[in-house]
Amino acid sequence: MASQELPGRDSSAVAPRAEAGGRERERIDHDASLGSFARRRHRKLAVAALTTVAIALLPLVIHDVYLQNIIVLTLMYAALSQSWNILGGYCGQISLGHAIYFGIGAYVSTLLFVHAGLTPWLGMLIGGVFAALVALALGYPFFRLRGHYFTIATIVVAETGLLLMLNWDFAGGAQGIQIPYGPDSWAHLQFARDKLPYVYFALGFALLTWLVTFLIEDSRWGYWWRAVKDNAEAAESLGVVVFRSKMAAAALSAFFTAIGGSFYAAFVSYIDPDSVMGFQLSLLIALPAVLGGIGTLWGPALGALVLIPLTELTRSYFGGSGNGLDLIIYGVLIMVIALARPEGLTSLFGRTRKARATPQARANPEARANP
Amino acid sequence: MSARLLEVRNVTRRFGGLVANADVSLVVDEGEILGLIGPNGAGKSTLFNLIAGLYPPSSGSIVFAGEEITRLSAPARCALGIARTFQVVRSFDSMSVVENVVVGALMRHAGAREARLKALETLELTGLIGRANAPAVALTPPEKRRLEIARALATHPKLLLLDEALAGLTPSEAREGVELVRRIRERGITIVMVEHVMEVVMPLVDRAVVLDLGKVLAQGLPAELVRDERVIEAYLGARHRAA
Ligand SMILES: Nc1ncnc2c1ncn2[C@@H]1O[C@H](COP(=O)(O)OP(=O)(O)O)[C@@H](O)[C@H]1O
Ligand SMILES: [Mg+2]
Repeated sequence: MASQELPGRDSSAVAPRAEAGGRERERIDHDASLGSFARRRHRKLAVAALTTVAIALLPLVIHDVYLQNIIVLTLMYAALSQSWNILGGYCGQISLGHAIYFGIGAYVSTLLFVHAGLTPWLGMLIGGVFAALVALALGYPFFRLRGHYFTIATIVVAETGLLLMLNWDFAGGAQGIQIPYGPDSWAHLQFARDKLPYVYFALGFALLTWLVTFLIEDSRWGYWWRAVKDNAEAAESLGVVVFRSKMAAAALSAFFTAIGGSFYAAFVSYIDPDSVMGFQLSLLIALPAVLGGIGTLWGPALGALVLIPLTELTRSYFGGSGNGLDLIIYGVLIMVIALARPEGLTSLFGRTRKARATPQARANPEARANP
Repeated sequence: MSARLLEVRNVTRRFGGLVANADVSLVVDEGEILGLIGPNGAGKSTLFNLIAGLYPPSSGSIVFAGEEITRLSAPARCALGIARTFQVVRSFDSMSVVENVVVGALMRHAGAREARLKALETLELTGLIGRANAPAVALTPPEKRRLEIARALATHPKLLLLDEALAGLTPSEAREGVELVRRIRERGITIVMVEHVMEVVMPLVDRAVVLDLGKVLAQGLPAELVRDERVIEAYLGARHRAA
């Protein structure tokens, strides 16, 4: 069946020469179109490279440990939300239980380090794979169902995980685990005094998840996921296996979220169930993407840039978390976005360019269509 | 040349107590344009959904290119060469026009670049190339219909099912649509098209099957059918029922 003729190619045999000339022009047009698409992609890469360099230079100006701490957390949540965005934003499967993957990453690498001396670099890979398997096990029954069953299931499963960890004594129970201090070392991801290495790790993590998303955007999975999100039945009619697509998105999303958990454990060197598996964390992972622009390349980073410094500042101003104030802030933010700008903050940037481009395209649509 | 491409055998589909398709049998030969006509509610879209695999029949079987496909999933049928459009258009609204078509093109092209080139070629064929980078939501309704066709074509189908692809078009748009259908057939693609306005399809199709109340009422050449008492009755009856 693959041997069938391509529409758009085989008519040249019967077409008069003038038409063949027209085809030649169209062909060049397609190359131009592919070229401008490639250039747009390259520009995005350039912007990401410049942003990365700028952030990498930031610690030269900002020496304050508290502020560096905020930079680390902002980058980490940008990366986490970017990971969440793969499943929630591109594939349209809203998870409000990503804390479980984060927690798995945190616990797996920490337990392996504390009890077996395994470097967190390996621990985070193992945690990532384990989280991906859990995501697959969760998706298997629930991705077949329509409606909001999946979202509800993610909450329930994450809460179950939390209860499990609270009662699992070997993993520290409600007390949690303290990672014993050693000398500063990249191999152990331990830096007692200097926060700088964490800034660079978090930056690398954010860049990695951005790059993965960037590559996905122009790949089979990326197109399939958006098709699944927009209209699953139409997607199936075009050969997209919806169930498999969702499973792949869930596994990849969980994998990177767990990496973030492992990193966080090394960063704070103390974990307990509430801080690495609580519901609040699930919200904090989803929110930057929702705020910045769900299913967009820059949305999660932009959202994290606004949200994380804000929550950190209010937290230090009003005292520790747990008084529910952060939750109120998140709730208000979500409502404001939903009412004012459902597409998220990135739409602030896209709007002007689109407004300029559209009338042009409108004014002259036939010129290119019928040369 | 007239090898059998599709065979629908005694297919029945129930929705609760409602029988949307009752013991429907028909064949489609390679290379032909078959019209599937009948008043609103006759069961045309249901039959398309059964052929394309949106849901299985309650009983009966469907054979495509010599292979029994009755229980195959929709994507598996697409892989075998069945593509369809929806009566109510279902564009992927978070994507651009060309990206909508890329989704279809990925059926046969693993690489995104290849798929994009194929999508651009298909947009050229369907007259949408000037709107390639527009967001799909920005298309006019007739453009959206053509996008549905482009997307389906990009999957390299052997059989294309068009569900009222010409409905709601102005006369000149409808003429362009008819031209497009002819061009698609010239590419060796077999077409089944649903249309409930007989005037539009009859000049275009080689043969037509008339559905009424879920059953095959008549089939044959367009010229015969438009004079068939039962067909006229079904249409008039439906108009009376609607009035
Ligand atoms: N998913 C469904 N659930 C229940 N009834 C349906 C469904 N799809 C179609 N029907 C019913 O089946 C009958 C045939 O519908 P349809 O195939 O859409 O007709 P047509 O396309 O010929 O206008 C109608 O009475 C319609 O209401
Ligand atoms: Mg219909």
